[in-house]
Amino acid sequence: MIVELENVEKHYQGVHALQKLNLTLKQGDVLGLFGHNGAGKTTTIKLILGLIQASSGQVRVFGKDPMGDNAHNLRRQLGFLQENVSFYQQMTGAEVLNYFAKLKGCSKIQTTALLEQVGLSHVAKRRVKTYSKGMRQRLGLAQALLGQPKLLLLDEPTVGLDPIATHGFYQSIANLKEHGSTIILCSHVLAGVEKYIDRALILGQGQLLAEGQLSELSQQTGLPVVVHLKGANLQLPDHLHADATWVNNGVQLRVSQQEKMTLLQQIMAISGLEDINIQMPTLEDIYTHYTNQLQYAEIN
Amino acid sequence: MLAVLTVANKEFHDGLRNRWILAISVMFALLATGLAYFGASASGQAGFTTLSSTIVSLANLAVFIIPLIALMLAYDGVVGEDESGTLLLLMTYPLNRWQLLLGKMLGHWLIMAFSTVIGFGLSAIIMGLFSENTTWSELFGPYVFFIICAILLGWIFIAFAYVISASVTEKSKAAGASLIVWFLFVLMFDLSLLGLLVGTEGNVNAQLFPLLLLLNPTDIFRLLIIGFFADQQLSGFMSIAQHAHFTLPILFTGLITWLIMPVILAITIFNRRKL
Repeated sequence: MIVELENVEKHYQGVHALQKLNLTLKQGDVLGLFGHNGAGKTTTIKLILGLIQASSGQVRVFGKDPMGDNAHNLRRQLGFLQENVSFYQQMTGAEVLNYFAKLKGCSKIQTTALLEQVGLSHVAKRRVKTYSKGMRQRLGLAQALLGQPKLLLLDEPTVGLDPIATHGFYQSIANLKEHGSTIILCSHVLAGVEKYIDRALILGQGQLLAEGQLSELSQQTGLPVVVHLKGANLQLPDHLHADATWVNNGVQLRVSQQEKMTLLQQIMAISGLEDINIQMPTLEDIYTHYTNQLQYAEIN
Repeated sequence: MLAVLTVANKEFHDGLRNRWILAISVMFALLATGLAYFGASASGQAGFTTLSSTIVSLANLAVFIIPLIALMLAYDGVVGEDESGTLLLLMTYPLNRWQLLLGKMLGHWLIMAFSTVIGFGLSAIIMGLFSENTTWSELFGPYVFFIICAILLGWIFIAFAYVISASVTEKSKAAGASLIVWFLFVLMFDLSLLGLLVGTEGNVNAQLFPLLLLLNPTDIFRLLIIGFFADQQLSGFMSIAQHAHFTLPILFTGLITWLIMPVILAITIFNRRKL
């Protein structure tokens, strides 16, 4: 096990930042950690990094206490990129990376390779002050990748990145996963991340709201599949009228995920059908579902 | 130890990069040379004055300026890294808190020592070249002594700055606290002692009163310089100190104690700091 959390709780002066959290990560897992601000994402990450002590419960990283005597060795195998790090403005990108590399005990050859990998070689000799937000973020990523960490924790890594840079970033996540890294990705930008994560963990007000593979979570929510049928003169069978809403160029059908296959077989026979568009519940839908549930529970 | 040196090296290079070292060196050199040349103008003379009077007046100025520079140099040492987010990041590296703090402090100490040697050393060379009434051999000892004392004074206030920086959560608060510390040690303390003298009309315990001077590193610095140039006529309440006859080792021990205490305090506070 790379990461194990057992009934972990964290209180700050009366505030329950985290309540009874259980989590295990195997090697090669990519976990998405989602939640509103103040949901406990950063607290979870800080606990795993050994920056704060859990109020109760057990935190184990590589089977050891991240705040214990082994912390030193443990940290050589960790990579971390936090939100909004602005680094040292007066230093060049290469100097910043070399400084962190020295502290982690990595070679200078590696920093050159990493700068190349994140696409910063051409600006390596420029001061960080002149960097764009995206370049800083990439420098941060290069920093997190120093020493080929076995466990990577990335807090809001794509904030401020343009779509192309975001795509490039996720691509490097996929590469790292292939090389056996375990990754925790913390974000509230949900679009586009689905493809790259194995599992999702949704937090709300310090509580675990849901955890599992996206397909499992999607089924648990019972959210409908939306099938959009396009055609001017659709002849809809009678039993489908209940699920249907007429829109200007066709029909929208909302059915449960279990009924999806039966429905698809039926609609192939409908005359006047020009096109089909199937929309499965997205990560965003799942996320909204669980966080709304929490708010609903609170009102009652 | 390697980690400490890595951090110190980075900090020292920052000092070169943002011109701190240059600024402090130039300032010290101008101050020392200016005092040496114009110091006697009050008594109607121009040109280089005697070495001992130069150094005593230099010490009187240094006592104000060195603590101020040291505090300004290092007040954001911890809190600045916290605000930019690099402190949190560094704490996930294989680096203990004390290593980071000591490394940063060492870096700032090096900046201070380097600038002091360059600045005052330069003025010593200028004096040696152009002054007619001092020889190189006369110059060497006093300047080395003065530079060592000045460096120690700077180091003490850098350590003070780290105590402040490790305690507060905002840069602006650290700046404010630094100003208060400067005010207390450099102005208030001596004024209160003077007040005490005036208030009691000089009826203070002649044995005990000088000991109060040991409670302030800037006064110890003054006593050291005065002790070295004892032929000088002393003015103000510093003349009281002549009764005390503090030996050089006592005064140096005092300064070193003033250096070690805040270092330990800063590390202790930093270890408890919440991230």
